Amino acid sequence: MSSRTFGSAIRRREDPRLLTGLGTYTDDLSLPNMAHAAMLRSPHAHATIVSLDTSKAAKAPGVLAVYTGKDTAPALKPMPCAWLLPNAGLNIAEYPLVALDTVRYVGDIVAVVVAQTPYQAYDALDLIEVKYKTLPAVVDPEKSAKGTGAPIHASVPGNQAFKWTVAGGDADAAFAAPGAVVVHDRIIQNRLIPTPMETRSALAQWTAATGELTLWNTTQNPHIVRFIGSLVMGVPEDKLRVVAPEVGGGFGAKIAQYPADFLTCFCAMKLNRPVKWTETRSENYIATTHGRDHVQDVALCGTKDGKITGVRGTVWAGMGAYLSTAAPGIPTILHGLMLCGPYLIDNVKEDVYGLYTNTTPVEAYRGAGRPEATYLLERLIDRFAHAIGKDPAEVRRINLIPKFDNGHNVATGLTYDSGNYHGALDKIMAHVDYAGLRKQQAEARAKGRYMGIGICTYVEVCGLGPSQVAGAIGFQGGLWESAIVRFHPSGKVNVFIGTKPHGQGEETTFAQIVSSELGVDVNDVKVMHGDTDKTPMGWGTYGSRTTAVGGAALAVALRKIKDKATALAAHLLEAPVEDMDYADGRFFVKGAPAKAKTIQDIALMANVAWNMPAGMEAGLEASSFYDPPNFVYPFGAHVAVVDVDPATGAIDLKRYACVDDCGPQINPMIVEGQVHGGVVQGLGQALWEEAIYADNGQLVTGTLMDYAIPRADVLPEIEVLSTVTPSPHHPLGVKGIGEAGTIVSTCTMYNAVVDALRPLGVDTVPMPMTPERVWRAVQTAKKGA
Amino acid sequence: MYAPSFDYHRASSVAEAQKLLAANPGAKLLAGGHSLLPVLKLRLAAPSALIDLGRIAELKGVSAANGGVRIGAMTTHAEIATSPVLAKSCGIVAEAAAQIGDMAVRNRGTIGGSVAHADPAADLPTVLVAVGATMEIAGAGGATRTVAAADFFQGMMTTALGDGEILTAVWVPALGAGTGAAYAKFAHPASRYAVIGAAASLTVKNGACERAIIIVGGVTATPTALPSVAAALTGSNLSAEAIAAAAGKAAGDLTGDLMGDVFASSEYRRHVTGAYVARAVAAAAARAR
Repeated sequence: MSSRTFGSAIRRREDPRLLTGLGTYTDDLSLPNMAHAAMLRSPHAHATIVSLDTSKAAKAPGVLAVYTGKDTAPALKPMPCAWLLPNAGLNIAEYPLVALDTVRYVGDIVAVVVAQTPYQAYDALDLIEVKYKTLPAVVDPEKSAKGTGAPIHASVPGNQAFKWTVAGGDADAAFAAPGAVVVHDRIIQNRLIPTPMETRSALAQWTAATGELTLWNTTQNPHIVRFIGSLVMGVPEDKLRVVAPEVGGGFGAKIAQYPADFLTCFCAMKLNRPVKWTETRSENYIATTHGRDHVQDVALCGTKDGKITGVRGTVWAGMGAYLSTAAPGIPTILHGLMLCGPYLIDNVKEDVYGLYTNTTPVEAYRGAGRPEATYLLERLIDRFAHAIGKDPAEVRRINLIPKFDNGHNVATGLTYDSGNYHGALDKIMAHVDYAGLRKQQAEARAKGRYMGIGICTYVEVCGLGPSQVAGAIGFQGGLWESAIVRFHPSGKVNVFIGTKPHGQGEETTFAQIVSSELGVDVNDVKVMHGDTDKTPMGWGTYGSRTTAVGGAALAVALRKIKDKATALAAHLLEAPVEDMDYADGRFFVKGAPAKAKTIQDIALMANVAWNMPAGMEAGLEASSFYDPPNFVYPFGAHVAVVDVDPATGAIDLKRYACVDDCGPQINPMIVEGQVHGGVVQGLGQALWEEAIYADNGQLVTGTLMDYAIPRADVLPEIEVLSTVTPSPHHPLGVKGIGEAGTIVSTCTMYNAVVDALRPLGVDTVPMPMTPERVWRAVQTAKKGA
Repeated sequence: MYAPSFDYHRASSVAEAQKLLAANPGAKLLAGGHSLLPVLKLRLAAPSALIDLGRIAELKGVSAANGGVRIGAMTTHAEIATSPVLAKSCGIVAEAAAQIGDMAVRNRGTIGGSVAHADPAADLPTVLVAVGATMEIAGAGGATRTVAAADFFQGMMTTALGDGEILTAVWVPALGAGTGAAYAKFAHPASRYAVIGAAASLTVKNGACERAIIIVGGVTATPTALPSVAAALTGSNLSAEAIAAAAGKAAGDLTGDLMGDVFASSEYRRHVTGAYVARAVAAAAARAR
């Protein structure tokens, strides 16, 4: 590999169009004769539909059609769940696209209106008359397990979607060992609303003459939309084209398949004209999937000199009213298997109960399961350190897995690829002058100021993943990725990828990979994605996998090109292939670099094919379907420094510093951007974000006036550092970085706040740590003292 | 996102706006729209018509007048926040305006729209009561009247404005030498409205506090005076200890129904208001000296 642009912080080619408003999102598209759909959504969390009268709406100005479940059920199969978790008693309740006789969350679709304009469609929604008989609701997963509310699905006893257990070693024995120090915690993983800048949208065009359907859709994985959409709608895959234009953020919420998208298609097919649907922000908050929502009862045990010996817990995970596409795998595979973290922990056991609740379905949200694992482990470790009177950084140092280059097995059954966890910890501690910070803290405390330091180490699993593993864990798809590299006669390159970048910058970084592998100018490469008619099959962007898997597919395809180019160059230079050498886009006979064929020479000759070796096909194009042999495991160490005002409960984040290791960085600026975004989203969970449901199932934080997302002006400069530990199995050595920040920053922040308040006797604050909650924690501790 | 249909009228003068108001029962005045339009988009209100005051020149601008400053009702928060006239004469108004919402809100939202809407969590009502502002109101028959800010805010989203009346300007006094005023705010992290807003206006003579006015908003339905805090400050030397002791009386003054929601309960607001009052007082004292 040459290093012409690999490792350069070149500017993102996506930004000029995105920052100047020239990006084309689904809702920007308009087709002749296009109609507009609007969804009537249930205002109740749990109710039976006594009567439903659409006659007034059907006659309203501009209305073309009103459809109810009676119309859609015969034509559309229920929404499938695509992660069939094995050995967990998975009980999938039927998920109709339009509610038939029962609504199960505020936002369940009851009817669809299509009109000439969106305004007419929304006016008509108000004219649909529905009589509901409300039923008791349940919004809390633990209460759902205890039978609160009315049963949500007749086919699901006890509302239990699954019970899954992870076990390694003998946790019960570790906890029972003589002299074991045991710490307990009860953790509420607050439910989050992903809040992408672009709400969800679909535009469907049906061509009756050919039976072809095109769906423009804001999605992280257009090929999955085609795959599942074909199953739901009965349109053959070869006649279903899914296009994801510019996608304005997803954070996991645009992995899932949604009734509204396929209903938009249904309307287009019924009316034989294009139909568009775009959700409002309020609709996005109730109808697009949420994240997290765990109740965790957890414990950790260890020796009094600091060795962690076991982790044990029970988790109640809220799944919402229906199982969304990938939902069962999130609080289980992506959570429970990471309970060893970066530590030598031999004994682990966790039971995870997935519970239906009368809430919006829960899905992947940036980090997806791994933040919930890292959080509980890092929170327990701070408790443990406090219990044995050791510094939290020291306890981590004692337990971190020593440096390894090629494989380390942990108790949950995973094999981490490579890690240098002590290296990351050392680097962050030196950078922040950890000892100096502790000294400052002691001085601050002496003056009555409440300064806190949070320090966490983490490892995460991403680059999902080997397809054989996907099959074994019930994921109803492959997890490989694909790339086609096509050299044009002039030496310019198009790359077609199956995955779907949506803001992460792979149009830039993938061009950098091409440039580095074959020496073409980075500006001579265009990366194409998002159209199932134009790109090879792929599984999409989630689990920090586009560079980790898609980038590997690209590298393998490029190496095929290089092999062919070498053979062709050898032919043209009249030399044996084994005598050939390559450097920076030039193919030459060893020792004679002056007389070289450039990659552009080769591209031209391959395309005109005037003088090819016997048996060599024309063209310079290669494809790869890359199935990774293992996941990748990025890691790092983060530090937060805060001041807390016990009088008001206000938290002032003074400093946030991180060391992350995602292997060799293709573009350090983009890595830094991903770390920034990830850290900030994790801080959002710690400090501001919470989807609050009233007991009757109404979403109280249903607008951006109530639901607080992080803003730039309340954050410090984030100090981003890194170490470089290549993955042994990735062709470029790279690991994912999209989610790392989110996975660790929530607990780093939490630990800093609790550390600040320890002198007052505070040992926990519920998330998000709003000023009132901090203030109450202080009041409670004062009363207890 | 999709408001119900309404008629739109653009008035070019106050008189025309009043005519339109009379001719369109159920109409609402549009004065920036940063509270009204979200309500329409959520379909929580469906006025028959909007009468846009945005192009009425006579309602705009900040100018020195009658020993104080006259602020036209359609002056934006951004203009108020950056007004040199206000900075010199009554800086607390600019200080509060600079903390409203975000840049986009401040560029469109107006003082008239804000005070006529009378959201309990708005910033300007609190400071206008604290400085003793006067509201200028055009009546339906062409008559004008003035109302003291303290009498203008009558309840949650309720003001002294009668049917057919339009708020035309807000007059604030020049604070003068020896008087300092400051605003301290705990902003909601989502809406940026005041969970607690505390305004203090202090007159200092020979190192002692001669007069103190303490008004809080956000905590209460309308701007509310804290008389015990003011009394404790009056005559004091405004030392850190004196300020802390006086601010400690804030909770005792907040006896009625207080605002509360899932983010900040009334109990919490009652107990921490004093901390924000202390900040406002300390800043006002520094400016008065």
